[in-house]
Amino acid sequence: MTTAPDRHSYLDAPYGLKAWLLTKDHKRIAMLYLISITAFFALGGIFAAGIRLELLTPKGDVWTADTYNKLFSMHGVIMVFFFLVPSIPATLGNFLMPIMVGAKDLAFPRINLISWYLYIIGGAIVVTVLAMGGIDTGWTFYTPYSAIGSNTHVTLAIVGVFVAGFSSILTGFNFIVTVHRMRAPGMTWFRLPLFVWSMYATSIQMILGTPVVAITLALVAAERSLGLGIFDPKLGGDPVLFQHLFWFYSHPAVYIMILPSMGVISELVAAMARKQIFGYGFVAGSSIAIGVLGFLVWGHHLFVSSQSIYAGMVFSIITMLVAVPSAVKVFNWTATFYKGSISWESPTYYTIGFMGLFLIGGLTGLFLATMGLDIHLHDTYFVVAHFHFIMVGGAVMAFLGGLHFWWPKMTGRMYNEPLAKTAAVLVFVGFNLTFGPQFILGYLGMPRRYYSYPEELQLWNVLSTAGASILGVGYLLAFTYLVYSLFYGELAPANPWGAKGLEWQTSSPPPTFNFDEDPVVNEPAYDYNPSGREVHVG
Amino acid sequence: MANPSVHGHGPDGPPASLGPATHHPRQQHHFYSMGQQLEASILGMWVFLVTEVMFFGGMFMAYIVYRNMYPIAFEASSHELNVTMGAANTLVLICSSLTMVLAVRSAQVGSRMGQIVNLILTILLGSTFLVIKYFEYAAKFEHHLVPGPNFTPELPMGSQLYFSLYFCLTGIHALHMVIGIGIMLVMLYWAIKGRFTPDYYNPIEISGLYWHFVDIVWIFLFPLLYLLGYHFNGV
Repeated sequence: MTTAPDRHSYLDAPYGLKAWLLTKDHKRIAMLYLISITAFFALGGIFAAGIRLELLTPKGDVWTADTYNKLFSMHGVIMVFFFLVPSIPATLGNFLMPIMVGAKDLAFPRINLISWYLYIIGGAIVVTVLAMGGIDTGWTFYTPYSAIGSNTHVTLAIVGVFVAGFSSILTGFNFIVTVHRMRAPGMTWFRLPLFVWSMYATSIQMILGTPVVAITLALVAAERSLGLGIFDPKLGGDPVLFQHLFWFYSHPAVYIMILPSMGVISELVAAMARKQIFGYGFVAGSSIAIGVLGFLVWGHHLFVSSQSIYAGMVFSIITMLVAVPSAVKVFNWTATFYKGSISWESPTYYTIGFMGLFLIGGLTGLFLATMGLDIHLHDTYFVVAHFHFIMVGGAVMAFLGGLHFWWPKMTGRMYNEPLAKTAAVLVFVGFNLTFGPQFILGYLGMPRRYYSYPEELQLWNVLSTAGASILGVGYLLAFTYLVYSLFYGELAPANPWGAKGLEWQTSSPPPTFNFDEDPVVNEPAYDYNPSGREVHVG
Repeated sequence: MANPSVHGHGPDGPPASLGPATHHPRQQHHFYSMGQQLEASILGMWVFLVTEVMFFGGMFMAYIVYRNMYPIAFEASSHELNVTMGAANTLVLICSSLTMVLAVRSAQVGSRMGQIVNLILTILLGSTFLVIKYFEYAAKFEHHLVPGPNFTPELPMGSQLYFSLYFCLTGIHALHMVIGIGIMLVMLYWAIKGRFTPDYYNPIEISGLYWHFVDIVWIFLFPLLYLLGYHFNGV
C-alpha cells in the first residue's frame, strides 16, 4: 500500500506487521477484520458453489450424501458466525462508530483487539474442523443428532463458534459503552447518525443473545464429551428446549445481520439524495423497536416442533409486528429519495438493490410467519430463499454499498466507478436469479438439505445455479477492482460524495486519533438543506 | 442545543471546554477526563455483567423447564446435596463480598494497607469456597451421583438432568470464582505496588463488581439446588 509521503494517516503511522497485529487503533482493527471476513466469505462461497453444483442435476452425482451434508453445514457455520455476524459491525462499525460520535477511539481499544484475536482463534478452530472432515449437523446443531448422533467433529466446531461468539459480545459491549460515554461535545443522542443508532440496537442484541447460544452450545459439547445429559431424551431431556435456547439467540442474530445494513442504507440514502433523512426519529426508533421485537419471535422457528399452538399464535403475531418498524424504514428511505437530488453513484446502485431485495425478503417472511402456510413451507427452499434475501440480498448488498461508500475514507483511494456499477448490477441480477427460483422450488415442495430431487424441478435448479455463477462473478469483480484501487486508485479527497457527518470532516484516510482538532457538533444529523429546524424527539 | 450537558451527557461526560489542563498519568489518550474514563469502565463492567446474566440465564431456563417436568426427581435429588456445606459456602461468599467492598473503599480513601489486607482476605475466602466445593464434588463421585454410565442411585427419571444441571451451574460458577481469584491476585499485586489512588481506582472498583456478581449467582444457586427439597416437604 503506497500513500503520498506528505499525508499523515492511520495507515502509515508506525508501520509493519507488528505495529498492525498489536494495534489498538479501531481503524486498523477494522481493516484486520475486513481482510479476515473476506477470507471467510470466500471460503463459505466455495461451499455454496459446491452445493449449487450438486443441485444442477436431479441425481446425487457430484458428492456423496455425507459430503453434501458437510458442505451445507460448513457453508452455514462459516457464513453465519464468521461472515455475517461480524461483517458490518466489526468492519464498518469498528471503523466508523468512534469517528461518527466524534471520539478518538472506542471506549476499550485493547478489548477491541482481543475481540479480533478471539475471532481469529475461533476461525482457526473451525478451519481445523474443516481439515479434519467438517461437521454434518447443519449450522443449527440441532439435538439429539448433534449430541449423540453425529460422528463428526461437532465438539470442536462448537468450541470454535463459542470463542467467535465472545468476539461478537466484546464488539457489542465496546459499542454500547462508546455510544454512552464517548460522544463529542454537542453530539446529542438525536444528532447521532442513524448508523450509530442501528449499531447500538445491534450491540444490545449481541450482548443479550450471544451468551445464551454460547452456553447452549457449551451444554451440547458437555453432553458429547462428558456424558452429561441436558437435552438427551433417554434421560428425560427435551431436545425442543435446545431449539428454544438456540433460536433465542439465532433469531435475533438475523437482526444482528440486518440492523447494521439498515443503518448503512440510512446513511447512503441521505448522502446520495443530498437530503435530510425523512423522519429521523422514526428511523432511529424503529431500529430499537426491531431490536426489542427481535427477541420475542424465536418461537416462529418451532411452529412444527411440538410447540403449543397458542404459543405459536403469539409468536406469529409478534413476528408480523416486526414488519411495522421494518416498513417504517423502507417508507422513510423512499420518502427521503422523493424530490432529493439523487446522484447515481455505485453506492446508490447498492442502496436501490438493497431496498428491492429487502422488501421481497421481508414480505416473504410474513408468509412464513403465518402458521398455516408455514406448515407447507417449513424446511423447504422457500425458507432458504427467504433468509438469503435478507441475509445476502439485504446484509451483503448493504455491506458492499457501505464498503463502496466509505472505501475512499478507509483507504484514501478511489475505485473504478464504471466497474463498480457493473458489479452492483451483476450482483443484483445474479442474486435474483439464484434465489428467486428457490421460492418457486420451495412452494413446489422441494425440501432443503437434500442432495437429490425429482426431475421436474430441474429447470428451477439450473436457473438458480446459473444465477449463482453470475453472483460469484459479481463478487469477484468487486474484489478485484477494490484491491486494485488500493495500489493504483486515485487519491481520494476528504469528502468525495459531498456528504454530511463527522467522518467526512476529517482527512481520507483519517489520522490515527481521527481528528486533528477535537470536534464540536453544532448541527443536526444530515443537515443537507439547513432550515434551522431540528428534530427534537427526546 | 448549546449546552451539551443538558442533552445526554452525564455530569462526567466530556466537558464543554476541550482538553483538560492537567493530564493524569493513568488517563488513556482517548478519554477527555479521568471522570469519563471511570464512567466508561464502570458502565463497561455492568454491560459485561448483563452478558453474564444471560450466560447463566440459559442454564436457569433449562432448570425451570426441567424442574416443572420432573418435580419429584428434583426434590429427591436435592436431598442428596449437602446443605451444611452449601450453607457454609454461602456464608463464606457473603463474607468475601464484605472484604471486597472494604478493599474498594480502602482504595477510594487511599489506604494501601487496607487494600492489601482486604484483598488477601477476599482471596482466602474465595479459596475456602473452592476447597469446600472440592469436597462436595468428591462426595458426588463417591456416591455415583455424576451423570453418565456410572450414575447408579435409585432416583426417579429426571434426576440425571438435575445432576447435569447441578454440575454445569456450580461448575461454571466455580470457574468464575477461579477467574475472580486470579483477578484479585492481580489487584493485590497492583495494590502492593501502590497503583491505586483516590483519583484512580477503576480496576479494583470494577473487579469488585465482578466479584459481587459471582456471589449473587451463588445466592440464587443455593436455594434452587440445595434448599429445593425442603421447599416441597418442609424440614
